[in-house]
Order: sequence, then C-alpha cells, then structure tokens
Amino acid sequence: MQRISIDPITRLEGHGKIEIFLDEEGEVANTYFQIPELRGFERFCVGRPVEEMPLLTNRICGVCPEAHHMAAAKAADAVYHVDPPRPAKLLRELLYSAFFFADHTTHFYALAGPDFIVGPDAPVAERNILGVIHKVGLETGGKVIQARKFGHLVVEMIGGRKVHPCTSVPGGLTKGITEEQRQQIEQMGRWAIEFARFSLQAFNDIVLGNQAYVDLILGDLYTHQTYSIGLVNEKNQVNFYDGKVSVVAPDGERIGKYAPNEYMDWIAERVEPWTYLKFPYLKKIGWKGFVDGKDSGVYMATPLSRLNAADGMSTPLAQEEYERFYSTLGGKPVHQRLAIHWARLIELLYAAERWVELATDPEITSDHVRIVPSEKPTEGVGIVEAPRGTLTHHYWTDERGILTKVNLIVGTTNNYAAIQMSTRKAAQSLIHRGQVTEGLLNRIEMAFRAYDPCFGCATHTLPGQMPLEVTIRDARGEMIETIRQFC
Amino acid sequence: MSEKPKFAMYWAASCGGCEIAVLNVHEKILDIDANFEIVFWPVAMDAKVKDVEAMPDQSILITLFNGGMRNKENEEMAHLLRRKSQILVAFGSCACEGCIPGLANLSSAQSLFETVYHTPSTENPQGLYPQPQTSMQEGELFIPAFNPVLKTLDQVVAVDYYMPGCPPESHQIAAVIDLLVAVLQGKASLPARGATIGVGMSTVCDECPRTRNVKKIKQFVRIQEMTTIDPQLCLLEQGLPCNGPATRSGCSALCPKASAPCIGCYGPAEGVIDYGARLITAFSSVIDSKDPQEIDRILDGIPDPAGQFYRFSLAKSLLRAGKAAWKVE
Repeated sequence: MQRISIDPITRLEGHGKIEIFLDEEGEVANTYFQIPELRGFERFCVGRPVEEMPLLTNRICGVCPEAHHMAAAKAADAVYHVDPPRPAKLLRELLYSAFFFADHTTHFYALAGPDFIVGPDAPVAERNILGVIHKVGLETGGKVIQARKFGHLVVEMIGGRKVHPCTSVPGGLTKGITEEQRQQIEQMGRWAIEFARFSLQAFNDIVLGNQAYVDLILGDLYTHQTYSIGLVNEKNQVNFYDGKVSVVAPDGERIGKYAPNEYMDWIAERVEPWTYLKFPYLKKIGWKGFVDGKDSGVYMATPLSRLNAADGMSTPLAQEEYERFYSTLGGKPVHQRLAIHWARLIELLYAAERWVELATDPEITSDHVRIVPSEKPTEGVGIVEAPRGTLTHHYWTDERGILTKVNLIVGTTNNYAAIQMSTRKAAQSLIHRGQVTEGLLNRIEMAFRAYDPCFGCATHTLPGQMPLEVTIRDARGEMIETIRQFC
Repeated sequence: MSEKPKFAMYWAASCGGCEIAVLNVHEKILDIDANFEIVFWPVAMDAKVKDVEAMPDQSILITLFNGGMRNKENEEMAHLLRRKSQILVAFGSCACEGCIPGLANLSSAQSLFETVYHTPSTENPQGLYPQPQTSMQEGELFIPAFNPVLKTLDQVVAVDYYMPGCPPESHQIAAVIDLLVAVLQGKASLPARGATIGVGMSTVCDECPRTRNVKKIKQFVRIQEMTTIDPQLCLLEQGLPCNGPATRSGCSALCPKASAPCIGCYGPAEGVIDYGARLITAFSSVIDSKDPQEIDRILDGIPDPAGQFYRFSLAKSLLRAGKAAWKVE
C-alpha cells in the first residue's frame, strides 16, 4: 500500500524535493519544489561586530563565499559611511572577476555541459563531466581544471584563502598585492580570455550548430515571461561588483533602477509553510502567484537576466558576443531559460576581460588599500551580483558597530518562484495520463539546472548538483511512482 | 568486480565548502578513486540513500561526514551512516564543533523563526512559519522538523576521528588520503580512535611567521580602527583579538599571513577541553595591568565575548547553548 505520508527515504534525501500531484485523468494538477533546510544567519549574526560579517556570512555558502564576502564588506562600508580607496575597490573587483570566471567554468563544463555537449537524451552514465571530456578531448579537460585553479589562485592572493576569503574589512582591505603577484595575475587573466573565447566557440560549434539543440533552446517548454534584474554601471553595462540594480519588464521596458539602499522599495519576500525558503518578488508589481506576465511580480536574477537588464557589456569581446546573442535569438529581452547557458559564457568572457583590465590598472599595486572610518556606524546595504543572482546584505548596528538587525536576500533565492514555475511547466508538458518515463527526469532537471541553483545559500547543495527526487501522486494522494537522481 | 574498500562522503547542515576543499585536492582525487570504491557521495556521483540502506552494516570502510545536526533529517543520516561505516570521521568544523551556524544556539528556535520570517523585506501578515507537515489542496507536504539546538555529529552518534577546519585545508586532506592509502597497503597504522587527524599538534601561533616580542597591551582594537597593520608583528601584540593562541595548527596561519586575525576555525589546540576558556586565559596573559578596573576597561574592548570566544565552537563547548535555546515554547 503506497501511503503518502512521508517516506523516510524522501526525508533522508530531501535536499530539494519536487512533489508532483496528478488529477483524475493523470494530468499534472500541481507541483511543489521544496527546500527542507534553514540555518538562520539573520538571527544569530545579531550581536556580532559588523566587521566580522564578511567572515561569518562566507559560511552561508562554501561554493560562493566570495559573493557573501563582498556583499558583506560593501554593507559594512555603508554602515560606517566610508568609501574605500580606489585601489581597494579595484582589488576586490579583481578577486571577484577571477571568482566568477572559475565558478562559471565549473557550471558550464561540469554541470550544464553534459546536457548539451553529450546530449540531453544520452544515457545517464555518460551525462557527466567524464562524458564531456570524452566528447571534447582530454586536453580540454585539463584546461577546465587549469581554469578553476587560476581562479582560486587569484582569490587566494588577494583574499588570503582559497575558500572563505578573509581580507575585506570596513573601509577596504587588510593588504594589497605586490608587482610580482600582479604580473602573475595578469598572465593568468590573458590565458583566461583565450579560454573563454574557446568556450564560446565550443558552444557555437556544438550547440548552435545542432538544429535539435537550437529547437530545444527556443521551444516553449523552457520559456517564461518574467521580469529580469541585474546590476549595471552608470552606462547601464553589466557589472558584478558595483552599481545599481536595473529592472526590466517582460516586454523589455526598463521600469527603473534602484540603488542598494532602495532595495526594500522594490523587493519583498513571501513565506509559504511548506518550504523553509522564502519567495522574493517585485514589490511594486505585487505577488500574483506562480504565474508569468507583466502583472506578476516574479522575476529572474541570472546571467540571462543580467544581459536583459543591461544595455551591453563594458569590454569589447564580450560586447561583440552580446550583440551576436541578441541578433541570433531575435532581439531583447530573451525569455528562453536555456539561453541562460549561453549568457553565462558571455559573462565568462566579460569576467576574464575585466580581470585583465583591473590587473593592468596602474593603481592596482598601490598600498593605499584601506581608510579608517571616522563616522558613527548606523545602517547600510551592500549589493553584488552573485553568479546565481543579485545578492543583498542589509545591516543595522548600534553606535559601537554591533549588529542589531540583519536582512539577507541571496542569489538563488531570487529565482525560487521562477524555478518553481519552470519545473511545473516541464512536468505539465511531459507527463500525460499518468505516464512517466526516465527521460522526463532529465528534462525537468534541465529546467532548474539552467538557473544554476545553489541552495547552499539556503541549504547546502552545490550549483546544479541538486539531488533531485520526484514523487508522483494520483488524485487520491497515493504515491504512484518515485524517481530519484543525484544529478 | 571491485573488492576495493568502500568510501563515502556526506553533507548535513553545511555550506558546501568542505566538498569544494576536497575537490581542490585535484589529482589526489584519483588516489581515492584508485584505492576505494566510492559508494556514496551526493556531490560527485549518482548516489541513493536506498542503496546505502541496503548495504550490510559496517560495509563502508570510511565515511567523511560534514555538516551539523540542524534537523531530524540530518540526525537520521548520521545514524544510518554510523551503522553502515566502520570508520566515521567528523569532517570540518560543523561536524566537529558546530561552526558558525552553532551560534544559533544563543537563541531559541522560536526567535530564529520569528526573525527569519519577519525580516524587514518579508511580507508575512499572517505570521506563517514553515511546518513539518502542510495540507495543500492536492495533498500533504512534508519538510524535516527543525531541532531546538544545533548539535555536533558526536552529540548524535559515536565518532571515530575528528578532522577540523573551515574548511579543512586541501593539503591536510591530501595528507590524510596518503595516510589511508598507506594503511591499506600495510605500511602504516591508524591513529588511536578518537584522535584529531589532518592537523598540527600545536597552535596557529606556532605556524605564524609574525614576530612575537612577548609585549603586553593596554587596549584591544578593532581592525577597522587600526591606522596601520604592521605586516611583521604579532597581531595580538598590536591589540587585535587574534585567536591564534587557542587554535589548533594545521592551516599554516593563512589569515594572520594576510593581515587578518585568526578567527579559530581549526578549533581547540591539542589537549584543550574548552576553547573559550583557553582563549580567555591567553588574552588575559597579554593584558598589561594589575588594576581590576583597568582590566575591565581593557576587556570591554572585546565587543562580543560570546562570538569572540566561541565563534566556531559553541555547540561543542561546555556551554553548548545559551539558556534561551533550551527554553521550550
């Protein structure tokens, strides 16, 4: 007898769970994407000194600690009303560019690559990084490892550690870099640009050169009309470290840009009792449920949304790719979720170009990397783009700089409602009359993998490595099938 | 086909940094692969709890377990893997001593929910909180129940070895892999059960290249208040509360080398029972005063004693949790 209640196995594996309910006809009535964990940083950071936040919030996510480190450092600068010296900002952004490069590389080759390079319908046993290397050659595998190594090396040189950097403090950094380090960083950055171009070429040849893949990308299955958000500089070009958040409607109209300290006018979060993670949405538009369209406050914060929300890229090669992207896909904005993978590679190239740009700035080796705050600490917001979406840290302190309140809206969380919708749509399109096949699983996975979800930020799962369990129930709530896979 | 000993790695309530640290051993991963059959490692392979449940008890030679015990599901996984493993290693700070998420033990679970689900950007007029069971129109939905306090792995099941660090440094992980391989080949023997592995036997200060002049201080300072940070001199002697004296060696003093204080992620040094108590002793010994009032004033320079002394180790400390956390609502 398949009693619904919770299968102990389900709970044991529940890093992320999709529940699918079928109606009398065996059609999908609804789906729920549940996040089963909470740690509570917003509570236990209260009482801590604000300068520790770049270290404490690193531990929200060991995959993207650099993002939390930077958002926390910028929020702490704002709390002290201090603007770090230019060399400090350059160094932080340099670290951040190298981090983005390593992170996007991992996602494209190890996590998303198998779907495209090996193929979405290839046997499960081949749909992994080894399958990718088999297809593109061992030499490329070596390059991927090298790309990750280089990224981490730069993070360590500037941030002091490979995982959980420690050098950003209110007002700047604890240390600078030497000319010898700068030269190494520049050299690695030049290699990174070539690697990014190579990756775009590979995407071009393997994915865009294959009509079946192009159809998959452009098909309705993976399309949602939502708002797009992303950080832009004063010229409305994509920036990962600093700027204002641009908000673009499903029809492409920019409805506004907000500075970090204005985020609460724009973003609100909703609580549902069946999951530990909250659902952010655009406050000005309002929550209308898990639905598409201009009247629904659901938005996405991904590489694709960053491109949609911006007018272009600030570096030349990435700008060329940006133009090619929109001319190929029929103009802005692009709503096909699988195009996130292509957008990610354009960001990969931008990250590498920006890395070299910063490493060759005459001020990058300056010792002037910190100023001592002179004003009383009060309140401040820091925003950066995490690889998986806009990351917001908001702190309130007493006059000694001890935290009295903390608010965090993390990268992947932004996309929770959109991921919910994408997986539901995939299930609705693929399950009919109670028929479930193994191929369904990967198609549903592809729906959320595009977002590169990192519930490490809310729970503890590597980007795209969401261990997935799908439970199918009939109209009476009886479990008729469970499919599981750790992708 | 394979008669190789079985290896598993699992994450409970953690950040994923331990997995990244293991992946950062690069080619050493191949040594694991060559010498072990990896039977369960959610981050790296298609693994199923059902398969683990089907294995005979004690059939996994070694399991590296990271993450703290934050909810019922975490505890169930700990019990399962304990039963199936001959050697269970508490891997990383969360499993060993609770890490940063253990600071949640200073408040009640209720206040944690009240904070998280009522932040200034959260619109929650009905006061909804996540529930272990929710009735939806279509049926029941379940999520694991939240524990009142975060526990360490050894507060739930017996642990054979401890490997601290947030995360453990990759060169230490590589050294432990080498040791395991040597044990399998009969060239080395396992350390005594209960030992801390992949670490040094001293303190971070002993690994730190900074100069110590046994100088005493008249005040503690906060890092953003320092006009300069001397790159050669001991940070504690510059007045910065650096946790090096109480913290176990093993990381090669990464943070102090980058002019940032040690924050204690490798846990208590060998033989230290309570991390905070040892650190208080160490700080007391550098205070340059015998006047109780002046000593009080100097100690006031540490703005967050609970965090300073138990940042990573609260859940494992003699305190374990603040009074609030034990209060049943």
